[in-house]
Amino acid sequence: MPVLTINGEQRELQFAEDTPLLWALRDELAMTGTKFGCGMAMCGACTVHVDGQPTRSCVTPISAVAGKSVTTIEAISEDAVGKQVQQAWNQLDVPQCGYCQSGQVMAATALLKSNPNPDDAAINAAMSGNICRCGTYNRIRDAIKLAAKAVQS
Amino acid sequence: MNAKTPKQINREVAICNISRRRLLQGFALSGLVLAVGVPGVLLAEDEPEKFGRDAMPHGWTDDPLVFVAIMADGTVKIVCHRAEMGQGVRTSLPMVVADELGADWAQVEIVQAPGDEPKYGNQNTDGSRSMRHFFMPMRNVGAAARMMLEAAAAAHWGVAVAEVKTGVHEVLHPQSSRSLGFGELAEAASKLEVPERDQLQLKTAEQFRYIGKGKTHLVDGLDMVSGKAIYGIDVTLPDMLHAVVARPPVLGGKVTDYDATEVLKIPGVLKVVTIPGSPPPAYFNPLGGVAVIATNTWAALQGRKALKITWDHGEHASYNSPQFRAEMEQSARVKGGAVVRDEGDVYRALENASQTFSAEYYLPHLSQAPMEPPVATARIVDGHCELWAPVQDPQAGRDLVARWLELDADKVTVNVTLLGGGFGRKSKPDYMVEAAWLSRSMDGQAVKVTWSREDDLHHSYFHTVSVERIEAGVDEDGKPVAWLHRTVAPTILSTFDDSALVKMPIELGMGVVNVPFAIDNVRIENPEAKAHTRIGWFRSVSNVPHAFAIQSFVSEMAAKLDRDTKDYLLEVIGPPRQLNPAKLLDSWNYGESPEEYPIDTGRLRKVVEAVADKANWGKSLPKGRGQGIAAHYSFVSYTAAVVEVEVDEDGELSIPRVDIAIDCGPAINPERIKSQLEGAVVMGISLAMLGEITFKDGAVEQNNFDGYQLSRMADAPAEIHVHIVPADDYDAPLGGVGEPGLPPIAPALCNAIFAATGQRIRALPIADQLEPM
Repeated sequence: MPVLTINGEQRELQFAEDTPLLWALRDELAMTGTKFGCGMAMCGACTVHVDGQPTRSCVTPISAVAGKSVTTIEAISEDAVGKQVQQAWNQLDVPQCGYCQSGQVMAATALLKSNPNPDDAAINAAMSGNICRCGTYNRIRDAIKLAAKAVQS
Repeated sequence: MNAKTPKQINREVAICNISRRRLLQGFALSGLVLAVGVPGVLLAEDEPEKFGRDAMPHGWTDDPLVFVAIMADGTVKIVCHRAEMGQGVRTSLPMVVADELGADWAQVEIVQAPGDEPKYGNQNTDGSRSMRHFFMPMRNVGAAARMMLEAAAAAHWGVAVAEVKTGVHEVLHPQSSRSLGFGELAEAASKLEVPERDQLQLKTAEQFRYIGKGKTHLVDGLDMVSGKAIYGIDVTLPDMLHAVVARPPVLGGKVTDYDATEVLKIPGVLKVVTIPGSPPPAYFNPLGGVAVIATNTWAALQGRKALKITWDHGEHASYNSPQFRAEMEQSARVKGGAVVRDEGDVYRALENASQTFSAEYYLPHLSQAPMEPPVATARIVDGHCELWAPVQDPQAGRDLVARWLELDADKVTVNVTLLGGGFGRKSKPDYMVEAAWLSRSMDGQAVKVTWSREDDLHHSYFHTVSVERIEAGVDEDGKPVAWLHRTVAPTILSTFDDSALVKMPIELGMGVVNVPFAIDNVRIENPEAKAHTRIGWFRSVSNVPHAFAIQSFVSEMAAKLDRDTKDYLLEVIGPPRQLNPAKLLDSWNYGESPEEYPIDTGRLRKVVEAVADKANWGKSLPKGRGQGIAAHYSFVSYTAAVVEVEVDEDGELSIPRVDIAIDCGPAINPERIKSQLEGAVVMGISLAMLGEITFKDGAVEQNNFDGYQLSRMADAPAEIHVHIVPADDYDAPLGGVGEPGLPPIAPALCNAIFAATGQRIRALPIADQLEPM
């Protein structure tokens, strides 16, 4: 059975090893913050961090993350950058339905950790894997810039 | 929108507000329920026709005892009875109550109502109606509760009520400098009579602290960015099982035979169950098929892959999109069909015109594709079915589940979760019936049915496919004198009556019969079209194709007449005047009174002028850049948009800027109005650039977001500017907000492309139609 670290805690997963991390998080561990959107790594709703890298959990079998460290939306507030991202989202009231925003926050946090001051082109490039059907893209762009400022100050 | 079929109209009638006060004093809640829950009661013939909230099933109530509870610690609980799907209703409606009540927003908790229209009034969250219909009732709720608190305080102090007033979360007696918090007064206030409606003292606009300010953060905002918000897909119950369903690929298809041998070998799979289909019409019934029930979603999905099913595809297996388009185009090119508006003599006027124009526009099927696909959870305990679902119309789900399980509706509870998007798809609760059916097959054990993205795209209630053909004639001055519009599309009514071939009033009233142009000879024809899939409603509904055709066509006329598009649009709209929708043969008018809600061309002109001004219309632009404009009346609001595009040498399009203006009457929560319009801009660009569902041999060809593409961040405009045209005061009638932003976007975009490149797009999606510059 794969053993991995999820949000700092060691967990042994019982589900079949080919089960995508998404469904293990949601159905086995009842951690439902990570969302299902497409099942094919095309929408980004299921984004988590694996050893700090943004990863589509819907196509990542749990066997592939054994021994690795996974961070989900439930713990992103414990990350200094993640916390600023959440606050910027709240300050600008980014969400509409909010369903994709777990993935957006995870993607934005990963972006700011690798590029603390991204321009529009860098934001578009990093975030275009995350679909928002409500169309909150402009506020997401603004919120990433706001969070970038907050992280730097 | 509300698909009011004749059957539904007969189903229930809104009468709850007539006798409410008496019932509260005399018969309490059971009387209220009895009075409003009687199905099939029809208005007596001498009763005046009802409009707006009065005409909705189960009407409305402004009973504070239904909507407000104040705890001893001062916490104010406010019920939101409409579904939250991104429009911000869980913030905006309770904010109205809190403002009138005098509550401190920081001490307010929102309680989501279950589906129970006899208690809460209409809950069908679509048609851009929540604020429009419930602003007044929610103000009344807050004011009544405030007056009860004031009465309790006055009694406590032994002073006249006139001597006390409400501050923030407390009642004050200024003369003696005494105060009592809401929590301290709650119990005493709850024993008092609810004031009569005509005794309510509403706040003045100057007294508002939240209404109209746009400073109230989303109640669910922090939960949404920390994984705590609970959507339908997140519901987790003890011993809950997970199911996915293999549904017939073609509407009306049936399972001939299936083999589940390999399915049952998959670890975690527990059972394979058939769900019966239903004879047409489709209504909101499940499509039927074969369900795989497992201990987790992944096992269920793997199980479904291993199913071997032989289908009888049935009569719609010959549905092919290219052929169907050609048939619709043929219908649009010959005189005939239902004549739904006819003023003057269009055919003669066209013959006598100095110049004539004609064009044909095509819009494909679309799928709502909310990011959270349809999903529902059900369990049955002691003959009582309880469901959890992201659902726009919980009462419809409740009634339908009751019918399928042969239970009384009071044996069905529908808990409404957050919706991960709706856009009309989640008005149709077929997925709830699936969950209830499968729970019953497991002796009532909790079962969650999850739709994959493929399921969602294959089995939507699709936005219709349409051909719009317009012919117009102008006199020697270029003034339009004849307008002939043939509109062809399978109707939403076919979902409720499979013999239906022409559009129903609610579709025609979405911008085609009620086109508010100053033209003497107008004729609208509606040739027949048969539906071969479930036709449903998608945000803004028929306004999308109608506005695309009409607003593109006006721009085409302007270009051929060498006129400025904005000036010519204003000329076609004509002088400011108030048109009675009924006289334009729009018998619907979004359910609102034609007197209270005339079509006001002055307001339409004003949004055009406002958006043109803000966008700096007509500014000089380099080669490859251009502006386009479009305006539209929908959901009793007025919107206009200016889109600016840039097309590069390779035919790649980008959008530097979009301006959109709305006149929706009083702006109750301007911040959420702004967000709704920003979203509408992006969705409009998405459907114009990329959106297309096609059918081959009766089945949808697109499987996931690779085939059915949606706009991504790089496709979004660099800037979106929203302009809210202010209303005179808060007594002005409210318009819709969630939908009116969408219709002008696609035509404004295509008009901009024409301005930038000279290329006219008449068929959506634009996709790869753009030619290199």
